[in-house]
Amino acid sequence: MDDTETRLVIGIGNPDRGDDGAGIAAARLLAAAAIPGVRVMEHSGEAAGLIELWQTTPACVVYMIDALVSGAPSGTIKRFAAHLQPLPAGLSGGSTHLLGIAQAVELARVLECLPSQLIVFGIEGTRFDFQSSLSEAVAAAVQQVAAQVQSEVLEPEAAQ
Amino acid sequence: MKGNSAVQTKPRTLKVDLLARVEGEGALQVKVKGDTVTDVKFRIFEPPRLFEAFLRGRAYGEAPDITARICGICPVAYQMSAVHAIENAFGVKVDGAIRTLRRLLYCGEWIESHVLHAYMLHTPGFLGYPDAIQLARDYPDAVKRGLALKKVGNDIVNLLGGREIHPINVRVGGFYRVPTRREFEPLLERLKWARDAAMETTEWVGTLPFPSFEYDYEFVALHHPDEYPLCEGRLVSNKGLDIAIADYEQIFHEEHVAHSNALHSTMRQGGKYFVGPLARYNLNYEQLSPLAKQAAKAGGLGAFCANPFKSIIVRMVETVYACDHAIQIIENYQQPREAMVAVQPRAGTGYGCSEAPRGILYHRYRLDSAGMIQDARIVPPTSQNQKIIEDDLRRFVQSHLELNDADLTLQCEQVIRNYDPCISCATHFLKLDRERL
Repeated sequence: MDDTETRLVIGIGNPDRGDDGAGIAAARLLAAAAIPGVRVMEHSGEAAGLIELWQTTPACVVYMIDALVSGAPSGTIKRFAAHLQPLPAGLSGGSTHLLGIAQAVELARVLECLPSQLIVFGIEGTRFDFQSSLSEAVAAAVQQVAAQVQSEVLEPEAAQ
Repeated sequence: MKGNSAVQTKPRTLKVDLLARVEGEGALQVKVKGDTVTDVKFRIFEPPRLFEAFLRGRAYGEAPDITARICGICPVAYQMSAVHAIENAFGVKVDGAIRTLRRLLYCGEWIESHVLHAYMLHTPGFLGYPDAIQLARDYPDAVKRGLALKKVGNDIVNLLGGREIHPINVRVGGFYRVPTRREFEPLLERLKWARDAAMETTEWVGTLPFPSFEYDYEFVALHHPDEYPLCEGRLVSNKGLDIAIADYEQIFHEEHVAHSNALHSTMRQGGKYFVGPLARYNLNYEQLSPLAKQAAKAGGLGAFCANPFKSIIVRMVETVYACDHAIQIIENYQQPREAMVAVQPRAGTGYGCSEAPRGILYHRYRLDSAGMIQDARIVPPTSQNQKIIEDDLRRFVQSHLELNDADLTLQCEQVIRNYDPCISCATHFLKLDRERL
């Protein structure tokens, strides 16, 4: 399998901040599944590093999984085709000074270095305390998102 | 400066709601009677995070990792102030390659932080763009250069700190592991590119339109006779201050003010003071490398600058210095046999201060004989600059009352961003409501 058939999965977040670790937890599940043709990475969501990662890691589809704060019930899952439209601002926007992934996507779109297919899963979080664990609803959503990504990777036609 | 509306003569209140992200929010309120600004409140609603209390009862070795969590963009500053304070309490002296590697790690953080601020937060406002994304539409090559330059800083922190954000390789006495010479080699070529890119950026930002806005500030920074300050030195000012770090609390004190959740720091005798890149530059120009001085000249700076809007040029001069210094460190690097010096806890109080990207960061720890933290004090640069930010806003609004609401809002944002406070992350964070009385 060459690079053009590789799927890249990026888990975003901070595993020490409760539900902010949702993306990382999902990525670790997918890494443990060792799916052929799928490369799994973890990332803080820092914009410059993310844009470089997209540029230096060839893949036909990039999946990103991140915590989301939109006011929806905890554990709500949302799926975005970020190569087609902007992301909502609630993704990884919680850190001072750091540009979040929504800004990274728009910056990359303007600079014409956005992956040709970028699918983003957002998992609604509610508990972001230092050194807390995933809340129950988010932990369940993590399992569900990992299963959905695996399904899309194995059956790409069904994901369209 | 934009804006040509007629001077307002009616009493008015400028009320600015600061729309922060998850971590907090603040506001600006300006009251004007006639042609006089009568009150300015720069309010920070960042909730108290209680890290000082959190440290009590923890082992000394946990302090670098706990305090690193205070900030996602300057964790190295917190780690460096913490380890120096605790080593001061234990009577430990770190020298040689380990000391030099600490400076290298700090250079990485300065590059990351300064480039992010200059390109993504500060420059768009000077050129009339609402954010970096709009800036990138017209200046794609410049923004690409900024992203690549920042990444070099990330890479230093990643290699030496163990990861890009909240590094995990720093400990009291040194590091858990030090890289080999070979591990540094790929970084060297990238740093040489970064040094050139930082020089180009300095020249570029030197051409930005800066308001004429100077003041007789009291600048406070670390000063070391032999090097541009990062982790060590004496605390000095341009108005005669010259004290050891251990005497910090004799001169400076924090107070609570009703309109801000961040403590205001003042000098007991002299009131407000100014910390950050501009203060460092003005008090340590002679300690810059020749190339950094060359960059300053190319950016239009002399040896002293009192216009806070030009802090963007200074940040890029410091980025040139950080790249230059990092190259020098790596080229001369000899891997030490041990990654740390021996540490033996003892009861006592230790003091540390380092130059975070946005100014001096003071730590004080009282420890028992087993090295358990009994008491901690942390004074970040943002709390030290709050009063001077309010003062700048007052003077700026006073001298620009002719501006309409939109232009005044944009300019007030830039006044705040000059200090790169921890709430300036949101690119477009001020909303102005003018209430006419």
